[in-house]
Amino acid sequence: MIDFEFHQATALDHAFSLLADYGDDARLMSGGTALVLQMKQRFSQPGHVIGLRRIPGLDAIEETEDGNIRIGGLCTQRQVENHPLVSERLPLVAGAYRHVATPRIRNMATVGGGLAHGDPNQDPPPSLIALGASIVLSSANGGQRIVPAEELFVDYFETDVRPGEIITGLVVPPAPNGAGTAYLKFLPRTADDYATVSVAAVVTPDGLGNCGDIRIVLGSVGLTPIRATAAEDALRGQPLTDEAIREAAATVQDAVDPLDDHRGSAEYKREMAEVFTRRAVRQAMTNAGMV
Amino acid sequence: MVQRINLKVNGENRQVEAPARRLLVDLLRYDLGLTGTKEGCSVGVCGACTVLVDGEMVASCITLAAAVEGSEVTTIEGLAEDGRLHPVQQAFIDYGGFQCGICTPGQVMAAKALLDENPQPTEEEVRDWMMGNLCRCTGYYKILESVVAAMSPAASHEGGDGN
Repeated sequence: MIDFEFHQATALDHAFSLLADYGDDARLMSGGTALVLQMKQRFSQPGHVIGLRRIPGLDAIEETEDGNIRIGGLCTQRQVENHPLVSERLPLVAGAYRHVATPRIRNMATVGGGLAHGDPNQDPPPSLIALGASIVLSSANGGQRIVPAEELFVDYFETDVRPGEIITGLVVPPAPNGAGTAYLKFLPRTADDYATVSVAAVVTPDGLGNCGDIRIVLGSVGLTPIRATAAEDALRGQPLTDEAIREAAATVQDAVDPLDDHRGSAEYKREMAEVFTRRAVRQAMTNAGMV
Repeated sequence: MVQRINLKVNGENRQVEAPARRLLVDLLRYDLGLTGTKEGCSVGVCGACTVLVDGEMVASCITLAAAVEGSEVTTIEGLAEDGRLHPVQQAFIDYGGFQCGICTPGQVMAAKALLDENPQPTEEEVRDWMMGNLCRCTGYYKILESVVAAMSPAASHEGGDGN
């Protein structure tokens, strides 16, 4: 590994001042599961690494006054999957985090670190986007910016986190009353692998049993997580017949832009994106008691 | 740049001067001579390098030693007490939970971490937890039996669904 200096930040302000001192030559690290690998492979060669894990007060999970769940940026991913508030109010999110790698990695990797990594193959982002989560970005002198999870991922391993900003938390609204949710991860190789295709769906029935609202977000099939807006538009307000779902899911093939890799050819992933969209919508409907 | 790293390893205060890039697995093996911890894949996937940091199971091959400064680290060498093997170690011997042995320290540490947190896991919970520890000899059934056997006697009766 390349040589660098390590700085353990002991408070958020300390981290901001280290960031100001070292600028572009610094990388932030929490669990290290992403950055250490990047440094080993020399994809990342910072002169300074700023450790965030010892910053107190950023690992709480609590309900906000308006009924959303706030998750601290330094919560480990296992903390999230095991927390009763998350299991009860955000089962979709608990399930998505439970799909990440292995228990050991989830013990190390943090929520904020995972989001900042910007890897389009990760499990949590599709579910967070489908629920309309917001990311809290903090900066020096009390600065704060709230970015919808949907806008956080701008390109391959590239996020909207700006220089001087740290992801200090996320706020996730529970699915609407009566809604059903599902996260399906297609794993043809090993249980701890990244998905070949993953799909999160949130289906909210209206009073007539039709689709009142729907959110479909896919992972591992493009440079960022991808929201299947055409499929959503085709189904919103409609009866969710098999035929309607099949037609809507077919539009996903045009929405995704997968890469060829050892998890499948782009063509195969495109097809699986359609198949798993169909299944995720049906699963969400089942969980909503619509079928 | 070399820095001083203080760790409590298996109950003993240790101080090592090492560059910031020193990985925990290397500090344990090369600086402290604790070669019980093995390095397999070097990318946090195989579980061979599993140790406990402040009681939590981590992959020491992707952990910067400097980042866990001041922590308590438990390795396979720290499990036996007064020459008596830890129940998980004894169970791996009694139930043949190893073949070539390279993955064993990591398997034992992972199993200990599980039983510390959840003393009566179901067989499914054991499988789920241990899925991140690979055994190239593929001795998974014996490993599973060993972990189940290492539970307290009261627990072992409800230790699985019988499958």
